[in-house]
Formats: sequence, structure tokens, C-alpha cells
Amino acid sequence: MKLIHVLGLVPFLGMLGGLPYVNKPGAFVLGMPLNLFWIVLWVILTAVIMAIVYAIDPDNREEESS
Amino acid sequence: MNISLYILAAFLVLILALAVRAAKGKQMNMEQWSVGGRGFGALFVFLLLAGEFFTTFTFLGGSGMIYQSGAPAYYVMMYLTLAYVFSYYLLPPIWRYAKKHGIISISGFFAHKYNSRLLGMLVAVVGILGTVPNIVLQLKGLGIIVSQTSYGAISPVMAMWIGTIVVTFYVMLSGLHGSAWTAVLKDIAIISVVVFLGCYLPYHYYGGFQPMFAAVAAVKPAHLIFPDKGQSVSWVISTVVLTVVAYYLQPGLFMSALSAKSPKVFRKNTIYLPVYTLMLLFVYFVGYTAVLQVPGLQGAEGDLALLKLSIQTFEPWMIGLIGGVGTLTALVPTSVFLLTAGTLFAQDIYQPLFKPASERTVATAAKTAIPFIAFTSLYFVITGGDALYMLLLMSYNLIMQLVPSFLCSLLPKNPVTKYGAGLGIAAGVATVAYMTIAKTGLATWFPLLPQAVKDLNAGLVALAVNIIVMAAVSVFSKQSVQESGRGEVG
Repeated sequence: MKLIHVLGLVPFLGMLGGLPYVNKPGAFVLGMPLNLFWIVLWVILTAVIMAIVYAIDPDNREEESS
Repeated sequence: MNISLYILAAFLVLILALAVRAAKGKQMNMEQWSVGGRGFGALFVFLLLAGEFFTTFTFLGGSGMIYQSGAPAYYVMMYLTLAYVFSYYLLPPIWRYAKKHGIISISGFFAHKYNSRLLGMLVAVVGILGTVPNIVLQLKGLGIIVSQTSYGAISPVMAMWIGTIVVTFYVMLSGLHGSAWTAVLKDIAIISVVVFLGCYLPYHYYGGFQPMFAAVAAVKPAHLIFPDKGQSVSWVISTVVLTVVAYYLQPGLFMSALSAKSPKVFRKNTIYLPVYTLMLLFVYFVGYTAVLQVPGLQGAEGDLALLKLSIQTFEPWMIGLIGGVGTLTALVPTSVFLLTAGTLFAQDIYQPLFKPASERTVATAAKTAIPFIAFTSLYFVITGGDALYMLLLMSYNLIMQLVPSFLCSLLPKNPVTKYGAGLGIAAGVATVAYMTIAKTGLATWFPLLPQAVKDLNAGLVALAVNIIVMAAVSVFSKQSVQESGRGEVG
């Protein structure tokens, strides 16, 4: 399995896998309930991860040169 | 006369002007009309793909779901983000295959991969059944938005008539080009409105986000977490995973994706699209503000939360603006859905049945189908009824039934035969229909299962039936082909 495929799994595992642990009432982070904050955090991390995937994926370079 | 009416009318004129402009100087053949000649760059594709989720459902339904049940509404933001990740790997091979073989629809893709016109027709029927409820939903939203923001001056039915006529006209005229141009206007407008409302309202009523959440937590603590049963964490995870896999098989999105000029366009978009889903956060904030500020909306009335709260807070001109933007969020997705249903019908039902001589006739058939589909949907909205509600519940689970044989068809050596694919889809669709109409599921069949299993998404059961039938029929039909047709193949 290539690194870009492994990286693609990370958002799934992080966002969904962490959900049972952050589903608690009462805690707030940056003004948001903990579970909502967790999801927002992973949305942003996902964008970062996909930027890395885009940068290291050789397919994107091939098309540029052609 | 109130000022909001003028603003609503101005938006309508603007949409029409953009659609006419978009069609200018283009030969509208089938490929131009339905996938924009496969020439769209990153920005248009971004707006089409992103725009398709930002519909009236998100605008009204997103805040409405927060108002009604709270945290479970987050699942939309989760599945969208993850669907974009999945698309990075899924879309490029699809795009290349479609480009090579001149395919413009999901049903065309099936017909070509499995070399079966009949399978293409089955997929087209499933696709249309899954699309029409979406058109209905948008029209219904349009009726609500216009009647509310015109302070009752225009009735919902009248608004839906006007909207249907406008959208039918511009889809027939400029196809996906029109949708792309209006999507540009729509997205700029909706972002401004949603971000403004999502920031202003919590500060206006509570002095900030955290005080707002704290106030909701004090009165309705269950609103801020996923419940222990029903829409629990288990429900969220299973629903998100299923939705992610089926997301791009929705015929409209599939078509929009084919409009890209290179696969790199989607890859690049997967970086920005997740960030774009954060717009939903502001919709959620509006929904939470409404929980305590406009109490007492029951059931489906929850969808009025955003509009009611706005009307009680702002001057008429601002309401007109919100209404105009709301109109756009209804009409732009409707145009893509109509275009999709028309293309599916013409390309994969009309063409194989009547075998017309020219491509031009197919394009005419697609355009003729548009008003028919539009006004049928309008009829459904006006008459309402249980059938409509059932169809809405089913639509996404229907599309999901295309997933197993679709993913198998992307494998280098596809183990599934056309009979396996067709019967698997049919079995899955039948299961979805049965479970929805008879209102049964895992919980009624096996009451002793653990709660986490009972809360799994109902589509999962249909999917399991689908996969079993697909695998069994494929094994069987492959054997009979090998036994009887050694000499014929080749």
C-alpha cells in the first residue's frame, strides 16, 4: 500500500474513531462543545493531510509536465 | 408593497440574465449541455461540487435539524469532509474511463463497463427515482423561503410555480453552463449570508458562542451530545461511512465531476472542499440560537427556525436579501438535478429503446424531458402525501445500492457479471423499498441485539442483501458462460 493511501485513511480513523470518547456533556473548547470541536478540528486536519497527499502524489506532477 | 419583494424579484432576473449569458456562443450538443464539454477548471468544478451540498436542505434543514435534535446534525459535516477524501482516489479513474468512452452519466458508465444496455436502463431508473425526491425537496424549500421572506405576500404554491418555470427555462437553454454560472453567484451570496447570520445572531442574543451553547446546555442538555440510542454514535459512524461511499454515485454529482477538464482538478479540490464544509458550522450556530429564541416549532416546522429567527431580528430589506439568496440555493441545485434526470432519461432509456438516428435527437429528448420532470415534481410537492415522504426517505439508500457493483467494476479483473450486478441492484432496491414502506429494520427483527447494532443505518441491511445476491449470481452465471460459450467468446 502506498503512503498516499495510508494517509487517506487517517481522517476516517481520527474523526470517526475518536467520536465515542469526545461525546461528553459540559466540556467546551474554543467556545464549542467538545464533540463539535473534535469534528471541526478533524475537518481542518483533513484539509492539511490532503494538501500533503497532493504534494507527494507523483500523479499530480506527471500531468503538469504533459 | 414591501421592499423584500423587490429584492426577491431582482434575484430572479439576475439568475435568468446569467443563464442567457452562459449559453451565448456555444453549440449546445449533448456533451456541452450535460457536462459542459468537459472543459471546466478547478473553480467551476469546485463550485458545482461544493454547491450541490449547499442546498435549501442545508440552509433550512441543517438549522432545522439542530433545532429539533441537536448534535446528530453534525453528521452532514463529517460525511462531506470524508467523501471528499474518498473522491481523491475514486474520481480520477472514473473520469479517465468516462472521457475515453464519451460517457456522461452514471447509467452510461454501468452500461459500458458491464456491456449491457439493460443494466444501464435499470441504473437510470434507480438514478431518476433517487433524483426526483431531491427536486421535490428543493421546490418545497423554495416555497417556504419565498412565502416567509415576502411576509406572506406570495403563497408557497405561487412561489413554486414561478421557480419551476424559471429553472426549466434556464436548464433547457444553457444546461450545465447555466448552473455553473449561477452557482458562482449563489455561493458568494450564501457564504456571506450564512457567516453573517452565524456570527451576528449568537452575539446579538447571547453575547458569544460559548454563552449560547451554555444557555442551550442549561435548558436542553441532551441537545449537545449524540444520544445513547437512536441517532447514537453508532448511527453516526455507520451513516457517515455509507454516505461517503455512495456520495459520488449520486447521478448529479457524478455528472458534475465529469465536467472537470482533468483529474487533477478534483485532487486539488480535496484540499479546499473540507474547509468549505466549515460553512455548515455557521448554520449550526443559527440553529442553536433559535432553540431558545423561537421556541415551540413542532416537527417539520423546525425547518422554519432560521427564517423565523431572522424575521424577528432584522428589517425587511435584510429579509429580502436572505430570501433572494435562499431562492438561489433552491434553484441552482434544482437545475443540476433536472439536468441529471433529463440526461439519464435520454441517454440511457430513450436511446436504447428507440435507437434514434442522430445524437441531436437524443439531445432534444433530454431537453423535452426537463419540463416533464420539473412539473411532475411540482405536482408531487403541491399534492404532497405519504408516497412523497417514503420516496424521500428512500432516495439515498436507493443510490447506495449501486455501490457494490460499481466499485467491483473499477477492479482490474471484475469478478461480477452483468447478471450479478443487475439482480444485486434489484434485490437491494426491493429491500430498501420494503424496509421503508413496512417501517421495519434490525431493531424490529432482532429486539435482543445490542443497542449499538440496532442503531446501524438501515441501508446496511439492503446493502448486505445486494452483495450476497450479486456474488451468488455472478458465480453462477460465470460458470454457465464458461460451460456453454467457450468458442463464442473471443
